[in-house]
Amino acid sequence: MTAVALTVNGKAVTGDVDPRTLLVQYLRENLRLTGTHVGCDTSQCGACVVHVNGKAVKSCTVFVWQVEGANVTTIEGLADANGPLHPMQEAFREHHGLQCGYCTPGMIMTAVDMVNRKGHELDDPTIRHELEGNLCRCTGYHNIVKAIAAGAKAMKGHVQQQT
Amino acid sequence: MGATGIGAAVRRKEDQRFVTGKGHYTDDVNRPGQCHAYFLRSPHAHARIKSIDSKAAAAMPGVLAVLTGAELAADKIGNLICGWMITSKDGSQMKMAPHPAIAHGKANYVGDPVAVVVAETPAQAKDAAEKIKIDYELLPALADPAKAQAAGTPQIHEVAARNTIYQWHLGDPKAVEAAFKAATHVTRLDFINNRLVPNAIEPRAAIGEYDAGSDSLTLWNTTQNPHVARLVMSAFVGIAPEHKLRVIAPDVGGGFGSKIFIYPEEVVCLWAARKIGRPVKWVAERSEAFLTDAHGRDHVTHAEMAFDADGKVTALRVKTIANLGAYMSTFSSSVPTYLYGTLLSGQYEIPAIYCEVDAVYTNTVPVDAYRGAGRPEATFVVERLIEVGAREMAMDPAELRKKNFIKTFPHQTPVIMNYDAGDYHASLKKALEIADYGGFGKRKRESARHDKLRGIGFSTYIEACGIAPSQAVGSLGCGVGLWESAEVRVNPTGTVEILTGCHQHGQGHETTFAQVVSERLGIPLENVSVVHGDTDKVQFGMGTYGSRSGAVGISAIVKALDKIEAKAKKVAAHMLEAAEGDIVFADGKFTVAGTDKSAAWGEVALNAYIAHKFAGQELEPGLKEGAFYDPTNFTFPAGCHICEVEVDPQTGESEIVAWTAVDDFGTVVNPMIVEGQVHGGIAQGVGQALLEGAVYDKDGQLVTGSLMDYCMPRAHDLPALKVEMTRTPSPSNPLGIKGCGEAGAIAAPVAVINAITDAIGTEDLAMPATAQTVWQALQKANDRRKAA
Repeated sequence: MTAVALTVNGKAVTGDVDPRTLLVQYLRENLRLTGTHVGCDTSQCGACVVHVNGKAVKSCTVFVWQVEGANVTTIEGLADANGPLHPMQEAFREHHGLQCGYCTPGMIMTAVDMVNRKGHELDDPTIRHELEGNLCRCTGYHNIVKAIAAGAKAMKGHVQQQT
Repeated sequence: MGATGIGAAVRRKEDQRFVTGKGHYTDDVNRPGQCHAYFLRSPHAHARIKSIDSKAAAAMPGVLAVLTGAELAADKIGNLICGWMITSKDGSQMKMAPHPAIAHGKANYVGDPVAVVVAETPAQAKDAAEKIKIDYELLPALADPAKAQAAGTPQIHEVAARNTIYQWHLGDPKAVEAAFKAATHVTRLDFINNRLVPNAIEPRAAIGEYDAGSDSLTLWNTTQNPHVARLVMSAFVGIAPEHKLRVIAPDVGGGFGSKIFIYPEEVVCLWAARKIGRPVKWVAERSEAFLTDAHGRDHVTHAEMAFDADGKVTALRVKTIANLGAYMSTFSSSVPTYLYGTLLSGQYEIPAIYCEVDAVYTNTVPVDAYRGAGRPEATFVVERLIEVGAREMAMDPAELRKKNFIKTFPHQTPVIMNYDAGDYHASLKKALEIADYGGFGKRKRESARHDKLRGIGFSTYIEACGIAPSQAVGSLGCGVGLWESAEVRVNPTGTVEILTGCHQHGQGHETTFAQVVSERLGIPLENVSVVHGDTDKVQFGMGTYGSRSGAVGISAIVKALDKIEAKAKKVAAHMLEAAEGDIVFADGKFTVAGTDKSAAWGEVALNAYIAHKFAGQELEPGLKEGAFYDPTNFTFPAGCHICEVEVDPQTGESEIVAWTAVDDFGTVVNPMIVEGQVHGGIAQGVGQALLEGAVYDKDGQLVTGSLMDYCMPRAHDLPALKVEMTRTPSPSNPLGIKGCGEAGAIAAPVAVINAITDAIGTEDLAMPATAQTVWQALQKANDRRKAA
């Protein structure tokens, strides 16, 4: 077993885990943060995207011990639990950027990272290119692209929680 | 239309939980004391299991049990079944081979479960499975459906000689023969409707739990139809009596048909939970999903269309071999027959049609309904033939379609269906305008200046949805009725719970169903909640597939609301001391006609439960009504999709540069959600046309067994989509809804192929039309031109 200590959604967490435990397994099974999903076993689908020290990471691709000491944000930590939605969450809701909801947490975490890297004015080709690592089977991406463009604009001046 | 009523683009109620990570999917369920199952699967497509040695596995850390097909049989767990009986043209019934949940004696496809390890953790179960020693005797395998019936091919099941499940036909062969003899032009095509892997992003999962105190079982399962799952597992598999089995389908992350079916894993989780006395959980890995989720399509077809001198279609003749895989999945038999042959008239007046379908076993994953289910295959046949026919006869493809459109309704086709309403000219006309068909020549020349080939392709499709009238499907061999149920429970405070037998896995029923109630009762949307997906809460229902939830599920709600209104009027009459017949209900208020006496919805609801004013037994307290709605006909959504592509002749790469969809779904409850359904359907159709294809090698190994090998559509593969609607309400249900869930997947593939073939000037093009496939088609065409 391996001891791990990290910060998840602003809270310090520690645990003793099988060294092969993936970050996504730790989040889902140990912390019961089930908003982060597993959709594949080859790091293609992006349903498991979280932020590690502010950057988008597929949490199925790293062992939890590899992020020792890191600051991890999951979909549950994107907005204050009792406050309004994060602008990107609100944009997905407003523009019908989700159907079954399974890929959504990964999409939203990727989208926020996209804005952090590319700014608030995102055109259609940029968004589509940047979504290379996230699969959605429901929406045909049309409304996801719309949601991200709108969410990016709405994020101007927004201070993100806990990262 | 109110702000939240029918026709309003209301934002979805369910999204709050999904965008915050609070959705509750099967893998999010964890039961006290649960252990984990791992399925060891056959690595061989066809092999006799001579022996299984599980001693070493059983001794591994954390292992609770190693289970095999022999134990399953000893415990008298029944086989999985196919619920739709198809009769062959010789009068014999389809040849359904035994399908045990764990292979016993012989494995018939790569992925067939051969043993199950149950352990404390998923990793321990997986580790232990590696220690199971199985002595296989390899048998020759069969993967190609076109070779299944040939002499000397491997025989997969004893019951099915030459691997033939049925030889079905529909239509009038003599009339067709005569029409072909008299034809002035005949268009002939051979094609394969490529095999697809559904790939809902949530992998399948199941948790079985046994409660010894009540001797009952509970299953949490990624299913589109929990009651059907319970019925099959109770009545056929015999896992528990129906009243001792509860099936819960919590949030489900996409289905597209693949989660309709009753699979081995849920049977085993329930069986093992009782055997071990602890909850047993299984979650599929993606590679397991590729090997076990029922695949879709996989038709080999020869089709011919006869035209007269005027370009009128006089007959259609179709011969298809349909691959059903290694076992008959739950509704597999119906897909290439009654969901395919019956749609071959398309939007056209075709006097004579004859369709023959041979369904065959192969050593591949079972094939069953996948978004569209039979209707995309039928649309591909009809719309390819009409498009190629137009090109061969040097006619405008839009004009040829117009010439042949059905113009009056109802219209009886020669293949069972009676189209009740539609306006095919309207959707074509609108699509031509939006797509600027008139400007296509100019755009083509512009593309040519950039060394690109531009093409345009049409798909004027039809589908039969609202599945389906019980009497109709019963007469065609379906083992169940396909009505839907609803219960409306009004609480004393006037809030409402709707219980439905439908199940949502992306469709937004919690919003659209509530919109219907909000409008009818004049109450705010937030005062309505929708309950579904639990056999302990909803009495019975047939589930969600075949674009049926609006046309059938909402109709059941409307029927229950009729009863609620009738009962509430009685209550109001008591309250207002008026005759029941004088009570008028509008805008959430009960009024005595011609007076200013009224009672609000909430007051009536409260009085229904207080019941102080009810005299004796003449009026029962309470306000709760249920209804079963059985449709009178299928519904017939139809429309026109136009795809425009640019092909780079140097690389063969095709880019979709414009997409126009004009669909007629009748009444639309929430246009935002309906458009979203169309977008998703188109993406899956474009995936079939350009990217996706399940490939088996000759030994029956799935070559495209992961998301690294099987190309799913990504955001940059798709264009922005123009989606519009026309509306001719369906006369077959109270609100005139037709259904929208599958239209995109039905319309899209052939629109893409028609566009690319138009661009490259050759009809010989397989799906998926990858860059390599298109480039090769171009080279072949060039070679032919040079030789000529």
